[in-house]
Amino acid sequence: MNAPLGALDRPNSYIGRSVSRPNAKRLLAGRGRYVTDLSLPRMLHAAFLRSPYAHARIVSIDAGEARAMPGVRLVATGSDLVKLCKAWVGTLDHFKGMKSAPQLPLPIDEVLWSGQAIVAIVAESRAQAEDAAEAISVEFEELPVVSEIDRARETGADRAASTVEDNLCFTSRLDTGGIDDIFSGAAHVVEEEFHFGRHTAVTLEPRAIVAGWDASEGKLTVHHATQTPYQFQDLYARHYGIPEANVRVVAPDIGGSFGMKLHVYHEDMAVVGLSMLCGRPVKFVADRIESFVSDIHARDHRVRARMAVDGDGTILAMDVDDVTAIGAFSTYPRTSAVEGNQVIRLMGAPYRFRNYRAGLSVVFQNKVQTSQYRAVGHPIACAVTERLVDMAAAKAGLDPATMRERNLIADDAYPCDSPTGYKFEALSHQESLARLKTLMNYDALRAEQAALRHRGIHRGIGIASFVEISNPSPAFYGIGGARISAQDGALLKVTPSGEVRCLISVTEQGQGTETIIGQVVADQLGVARERVRVITGDTEVTPHGGATWACRGAGIGGETALQAARTLRGNVISLAAAILQAKPGELDMREGVVVDAQSGAERISLAEIARIAYFRSDTLPPDASAQLSVAHHYAPQGYPFAFTNGIQGCHVELDAETGFVKILKHWVIEDCGRIINPLLVDEQVRGGVVQGLGAAFFEECQYDENGQLTNGSLADYLVPMACEMPDIVIGHIETPTADTTLGAKGCGEAGTAAASAAALNAVNDAMSAFGASIAQIPMTPPRLLKALGTI
Amino acid sequence: MVTNLDWKRTIGACRLLKARAFTYVRPATVAEAIEAFAAAGGEASYIAGGQSLVPALALRLQAPECLIDIAHIEALRGIERQGDRLRLGALTRHVDAHDDPLIAQYAPLLRLAAPHVAHPAIRNRGTLGGSVALADPASEFPAMMLAMDAEMEIAGPEGTRRVPADAFFQDVYQTAIEPGELLVAIHVPVAGPHHRCAFDELARRRGDYALVGCGVMLAMPGDVIDDARIAFLSVGPTPVRARAAETALSGTRLDEAAIRNAQIALSEDLDPSDEAHMPATMRLHLARVLLGRVLGHLGATA
Amino acid sequence: MSATHPISLSVNGEEISRLVEPRETLADFLRRDLQLTGTHTGCEMGVCGACLVLLDGRPVHACLTFAVQASGAVVETVEGLTESAEIADLQRAFHERNALQCGFCTPGMLVSAHGLLTRPGVPSREAIRDALSGNYCRCTGYEAIVDAIEAVARRRAAGESAVRFLEEPA
Repeated sequence: MNAPLGALDRPNSYIGRSVSRPNAKRLLAGRGRYVTDLSLPRMLHAAFLRSPYAHARIVSIDAGEARAMPGVRLVATGSDLVKLCKAWVGTLDHFKGMKSAPQLPLPIDEVLWSGQAIVAIVAESRAQAEDAAEAISVEFEELPVVSEIDRARETGADRAASTVEDNLCFTSRLDTGGIDDIFSGAAHVVEEEFHFGRHTAVTLEPRAIVAGWDASEGKLTVHHATQTPYQFQDLYARHYGIPEANVRVVAPDIGGSFGMKLHVYHEDMAVVGLSMLCGRPVKFVADRIESFVSDIHARDHRVRARMAVDGDGTILAMDVDDVTAIGAFSTYPRTSAVEGNQVIRLMGAPYRFRNYRAGLSVVFQNKVQTSQYRAVGHPIACAVTERLVDMAAAKAGLDPATMRERNLIADDAYPCDSPTGYKFEALSHQESLARLKTLMNYDALRAEQAALRHRGIHRGIGIASFVEISNPSPAFYGIGGARISAQDGALLKVTPSGEVRCLISVTEQGQGTETIIGQVVADQLGVARERVRVITGDTEVTPHGGATWACRGAGIGGETALQAARTLRGNVISLAAAILQAKPGELDMREGVVVDAQSGAERISLAEIARIAYFRSDTLPPDASAQLSVAHHYAPQGYPFAFTNGIQGCHVELDAETGFVKILKHWVIEDCGRIINPLLVDEQVRGGVVQGLGAAFFEECQYDENGQLTNGSLADYLVPMACEMPDIVIGHIETPTADTTLGAKGCGEAGTAAASAAALNAVNDAMSAFGASIAQIPMTPPRLLKALGTI
Repeated sequence: MVTNLDWKRTIGACRLLKARAFTYVRPATVAEAIEAFAAAGGEASYIAGGQSLVPALALRLQAPECLIDIAHIEALRGIERQGDRLRLGALTRHVDAHDDPLIAQYAPLLRLAAPHVAHPAIRNRGTLGGSVALADPASEFPAMMLAMDAEMEIAGPEGTRRVPADAFFQDVYQTAIEPGELLVAIHVPVAGPHHRCAFDELARRRGDYALVGCGVMLAMPGDVIDDARIAFLSVGPTPVRARAAETALSGTRLDEAAIRNAQIALSEDLDPSDEAHMPATMRLHLARVLLGRVLGHLGATA
Repeated sequence: MSATHPISLSVNGEEISRLVEPRETLADFLRRDLQLTGTHTGCEMGVCGACLVLLDGRPVHACLTFAVQASGAVVETVEGLTESAEIADLQRAFHERNALQCGFCTPGMLVSAHGLLTRPGVPSREAIRDALSGNYCRCTGYEAIVDAIEAVARRRAAGESAVRFLEEPA
């Protein structure tokens, strides 16, 4: 009945087609509706006084003068909000032994990081709230600061949070057995200690929230710049003791998220309570300076790793120890342990070897909390793996591409498992490598590199294979006790004039979710996509679902929309059949018209069917049931994750005298299953690559030994800008997942997963001419000059 | 544009981003401006382009009670050749330093430095006077004024005076301008056809504060360097004239040996301090490399 | 409430007179007082480019200008440029090329691009990237934006004129 997905020659064939985004037009016209733009009647503004100390006891707070200042309506502390809000603890049951200090919106007695909000000021304007903040004095008793990862793990070490018995949040070990013997017997062993800079998301729109408590109805309405309004509906309801049905969370246009806007932030939780105390809507926008000391950080890892290889270059085993620095407590509700857990489980994932040992230590620090940020763990696992592969290749006398040809899982080896327990349905590592070599003209680049070296020009070529987790099942959070949904729902309705509305639980932050859902619905229903409008992000209106995280929008949201659309199509056809006195099997819908399936002759339009159903039901046959609205949910079954795969190549030129690196070009071969909109996929990959290149060369949250973030501004935390970034060439392979009809997997994090690994390999490739190497990102000029021995 | 040294002061600060309240006046003349400053009891700031001052106010690193907007004072405007000097009104915008034909002809070093200064939108508002008066050691224009032996014309309650560049830049953010005084104009000796100029800097990203930068102005009527002027930015508390390097170049043909000698001589000229992420040895090394490249470029384009 | 100061300026072709606190930035004035929220604030320190507007015909950071400083000036925001269709071809090219994702940097990008394309000639890709050096984008990685601007520069050089971007009422 349905034509093969991906065939683009039928009417309304949108799956696989590059089309523009309907909801981008108003963004281009300056008519975006971001929470930062929102203004409600009688709305007040919140500002927070923040701790200057990384670890301290609050002795006293004197806010008398502040309360009397112009425009100030409320000054609230931890003791005010603890009466309203239940504490939260950022652990999940399936991380055995995990511990974390309970958190309140504002602290009562212990401050855990420099920048933590201590006092809330609510005033008529943000400027007035800030004026009042300056008038508040807080007396602190400084406590020892935990700011590094080794001493923090010693017995009797100072504790980052005094309510937790030590600084170990979580540990984990994986061991397939016999590792030491394999290493002592191996022909070659390569070993390295890697340092990964701590990152922060730096979304251009900062975090923003407007909470409106209506005491007359006991209802809370929150406009929240979040990826997941459903999660927050549940959290606000439970922590503030409001029935879930009385909590509405709306996520309108979001100015970038990348995972950062998934997490519970103290200030956001506080704002709900502030609105209750004021009886008015309260708005909080984290300004850029606050963002650096409050948005989640990520990727702070020290990894000691080694790889054993036999004489002909076959990888035998990997042995890894990952110590990761988080904040002084684990983030809620998704924890601060998922990243490290993914690092040790994703290690070596593209390769055939079976022997693996890993240890993970997640360590509390008096720094900003850390949690999921685009590509969670993948960049670290990929960089460690891929760098060791290059080092092993050098030892075995093999070109890096040849080394990978020898060791990547064969394309016909599926289904198979990783040594860490991941299940791979079907990947395309070997074909990806072959395609990349062609796409980047690998052999020619190598020849050119050799020629230029003679002239003192040092270019580097780096490649990095990767897998990426997408379409997550409840194996991610649900089994740990978190009320985070892994399924989605869609409400499809035909309007009286024959248009289509799709209300769906996946959400949009600019990646194009609404567009691709519209494509799927139009394609499966048989209408022009201009007649389909997709609505997302309102718990009052859209079904409950998983929203956006771990690349699930296309794969899970898309399948939800596909199944819903097929059901609706069936209803429309069967109603048309009743009206026309025909057999449903003889009919089809094309361009919004029910036609004779064989001849294509037009029989009745969707608009006409709707008119009859809504206004002339008296003309319908007695047994006809007009079901022009459909509600449908889909939960992923089958594989716990739909892995995607790919490979990236990076071409750089190293200025050995200055340590500056010019990124000449970057390539990606990506296999994300069935592609719904190639244009949108490519742009997701590009954006992700640039974030990875930012990680490789520029981005790092710098802390001193007192736990002070010393570069907490956009002038000092270097995000990648246009002049330093390359053009990125992208090619695709499509290996659909058989778990769904649509066959789509996710692609949002792939670019970031391997870009910094490819760049690290490229710079090392350039430096090899000097006998130098580097195992730390970001690769800054001073670090490169030091590695080169120039200084 | 916020100066890079201010960030150290934000640690432990309230982390606020809305300015404290102030009053605002818009004088029409230099005299009115100076009077307004005195009337505010010294608790005032002049604002021209504001590209550095506004962020400082937003961060509450500065909090004057009165903001005196000098951007509409006619006497501070204009670009005019006056004999052997080019008079640049203090309100000359960075973008004019790039686009103005008189500057291109008579003060080409400014034109060469301009594209490196921050970003286009900043250059549309920022002023040469503002940049010079702020004297951020990482700024391009103060260093170029030093390289060009410019003279600053300063107006105060007692009248106007002129201060040559090498007496003007005294310390980090400190110049010869006394509180309440106003930089009115900058007088630059006009460059001639026998002058060769070059500028370059090493910055992590386009428009960032440079790790090191240098402007060079050579007087070369023939094959031999008559006079060399070299100024560095981001090498100390003020921009620095590299006089030993200049001497090493004087009288030479700008050949490889001369360039090498100039690079070596830099050890006598530059004494940067150790910073958290850049040891002094590394900065000196980068300065040497940069000078070599800038001079090499000048030699090649002979 | 601190003392206010009267200002008069032209915003998107309309003469506006208001009383403002001197410390209010032009960005906040446009967004809050005039509800022209198309101009965004991403850093409030002049580093990200989200707040770019035209002031007397040139792109400037609205967060680096106090509203009082803009009294007497002519200001155009993305809303005004959309209505006048001056940037319609840029908007169309951005749309076709998907040179935006979350859209937060987009008004600033359009203003920068508009400023760049007032200069004669077809800029190279390098020159385009240079013109965007102060515009931060976290979503796109910049390449699509460069493509879109390059396409418009070529079309304008070939004499193609801008078509309306907004929907016309039927």
